[in-house]
Amino acid sequence: MTALLEVEGLRVDLSLPAGVLHAVQDVSFHVEKGETFSLVGESGCGKTMTALAVMGLLPRSATRSAERILFEGEDITHAHERRMTAIRGARMTMIFQEPMTSLDPCYTIGDQLEEVLLEHRRVSRREARERAVFLLEKVGITAAASRLKQYPHQLSGGLRQRVMIAMSLMCGPSLIIADEPTTALDVTIQAQILSLLVSVQKEYETGMILITHDLGVVARTADRLAVMYCGQVVETGTVAEVFTRPLHPYTRGLMRCIPIPGKTRPGQKLDTIPGIVPTPIGDLRGCLFRNRCPHARPACAGEGIEEVRLTPGRSYRCILQPEENPEKAAA
Amino acid sequence: MLQYTLKRLVVTFFVILVVSLVSFMLIRVSGDPAIALAGEGATQQEIEYVRHHYGFDRPLIIQYVDWAKKALQGDLGESPYFNEPVLKMIRERIGVTMTLGVSALLFALFVSIPLGVLASIRPNTWIDRVALTISVMGQAMPSFWFGLIMIIFFGVTLRWLPISGSGSPAHYVMPTIALGYYATPAFMRLIRSGMLEVLSSDHIRTARAKGLRWGKILYKHALRNAIIPVVALAAVQLGFMLGGSIVIESVFALHGIGYLAWVSIGRSDLPVVQAIILLLSMIYVVLTFLGDLLNAFLDPRIRVR
Repeated sequence: MTALLEVEGLRVDLSLPAGVLHAVQDVSFHVEKGETFSLVGESGCGKTMTALAVMGLLPRSATRSAERILFEGEDITHAHERRMTAIRGARMTMIFQEPMTSLDPCYTIGDQLEEVLLEHRRVSRREARERAVFLLEKVGITAAASRLKQYPHQLSGGLRQRVMIAMSLMCGPSLIIADEPTTALDVTIQAQILSLLVSVQKEYETGMILITHDLGVVARTADRLAVMYCGQVVETGTVAEVFTRPLHPYTRGLMRCIPIPGKTRPGQKLDTIPGIVPTPIGDLRGCLFRNRCPHARPACAGEGIEEVRLTPGRSYRCILQPEENPEKAAA
Repeated sequence: MLQYTLKRLVVTFFVILVVSLVSFMLIRVSGDPAIALAGEGATQQEIEYVRHHYGFDRPLIIQYVDWAKKALQGDLGESPYFNEPVLKMIRERIGVTMTLGVSALLFALFVSIPLGVLASIRPNTWIDRVALTISVMGQAMPSFWFGLIMIIFFGVTLRWLPISGSGSPAHYVMPTIALGYYATPAFMRLIRSGMLEVLSSDHIRTARAKGLRWGKILYKHALRNAIIPVVALAAVQLGFMLGGSIVIESVFALHGIGYLAWVSIGRSDLPVVQAIILLLSMIYVVLTFLGDLLNAFLDPRIRVR
C-alpha cells in the first residue's frame, strides 16, 4: 500500500534583498493513511513553509522544487494550479495558526463553511448547510444552526478555531495539515482543541500533519515525527523511537528543554540550547547545528553531511554514529 | 445604531447652520450688493433706493435671521435679475447637475475599480505602471484644461461629440469624462492599496486553502473587503463633484447648478448664490452621512454587535 503523502527532496527558496533564503532544504518525509505525523522545530525552521509547499500555497516570492511529491499515489510535483485548486480544500485541507484573522470578516460562518462544499461538490445550498450544521456540532459548537448566521468577530478564538476545523472537514479530506493550531489560543482552550483534532482525525481516519514547536503535544498526539532545524529535517522516526533514543544532538537538546513528569524535580532548572538559529541565507555548507552543538568537531563544517536512513521512516542527519553517541557512552 | 444616526443628524444640522451663516456673511462683505444691483451709471439716489428696497441697510445678523426664517419655510427668495423664485430656478437646473455628478461618479468607479484590481494583482509590473500613469495624469491635469483638450479633439477636429449644451445624452459624454477622470486616481489608489492589503491577509490564504477559484477569491473575498473604504470616499466625492462641477458646467455650457452659481456670482445675484451654497453644503453633509451608514452596512463588524 502506498503512503498517503510522500515528499522527496523538497526545497523552498525565498528571494530576499539580502540573498536567497533556503527556507526548506532537501526535506523528505511521508505520511501514512490515518496517521498523525508531526513536524517539530523552533520558530522559523521551515515547518510552515514545508506545509505551504505541499499545499501549493507558497507566497509569490518563493520557488519550490522537489524530486517528488506524491499525494494518494498522484504525482503533484508539477501539478498545474487548476489541479491543485481541485485538491485543496477537498482532499487536502489546512488549519492555520491564527484563528482570529483566518476567517473573512465580511461573511457569515455559514457562508464560509458552505462555500467549500459548493465549490468542490455538486450539492444544493441546503445540503451544504446541513453538512455545515452537522460538522459544527461534531466540533462541539452548540446551537450550530443559529451560529451559521454569525460573523467571525462575534466568536471567540477557540470557537473560530473549531469553525476552521469544521471547515477543513467539509469535503471529508484524506489529509489535514494543522499549522500550530493551538498556539494562538488560551492555554485552557489549547488542550480542548488538540483533543478535538485527534478525535475527528481518529473518527474519519484522516491523515494529519501536525506542525508544532511543543514536544509535549507531539508525545500526546503524534504517531511519527520529523524534527526540523534551519530548513532541514535532522531526525525522523516514530514517537517512541525518537523519544526513547534521540539520534541527533539537536533532538536531545530539545528533549532536555521540557520537563519530564517523574524525572524533573521541582525547582530544577531546565536546559536551554545556547545560541540562536542561524538564518539559512546564501551558500550553506556542513551541519547547520554545529555552532550550537556540544559535540561539534572540525568535520562538521565540511561536505557530506547527508541524511542517514536506518529504515524507511527512521533517519537522522549527523556525522556522529549512533554507536559513538557520547551520552550513551557516558551512561 | 439609532442613537448613532440621531447624533449624526444633530451634527448635520449644526454644520448646515454654520455653513449658511459663514457664507452669508462672506458674500455680504465681498462687495456692496446695492451698487452691483443698481447697475452701471446709477445715481447715488438709485443706489440708496435699491439698498433700502432689498433691506441691505439693516444689520447683517437681522438680514441673516430674516433669510434663514424664510429658508426654513422653503422660501429662498427671488432672483432680482429674473424675478423668479430661486427655488424654481434651482429645481429646473438640479437635474443636469445630478446627472453629470452621478454619471461622473459611475465613470470614475468603472475605470478605477478594474484598474485598481489589476494593479494590485500584478504589482510592480507594466499593468501597475500604466494604471499609475493614468492616475497621476488624472490628478495632475486641471479638469477644465482636460475638458478643453477633449472639445478640441473630439468636438472640433473629429466632430464626434457636441461641445456645449445638455440636449442629449451625447452632450454629457465629455463633461462626464472630464469630471470623473479627476476623481479616478483617488479611487484607484484606495482600491489598489486596499486590495494589496487584503490579498496578503490570512483569510485570503484560507480561501486559497479551501480550493476556491482565483476569480472567486478576488471578487468575493478580496474586493468585498477592499471596497468598504471606497464607499465612504465615493459619497464624499459625489458631493465634491456636485459642488465642483461649476468649472466643468461652465466649460461645456451645461445649464446646471454650477453654471447658475458661476453666472450669479458675476451678477451679484445674492439670493441665488446663497441658496446654491446652502444646497450644496446640505448635499455634501447628507452624502457624507449616507456614506457612513453605507459603510456600517457593508462592514458586519460595525453593523452586527
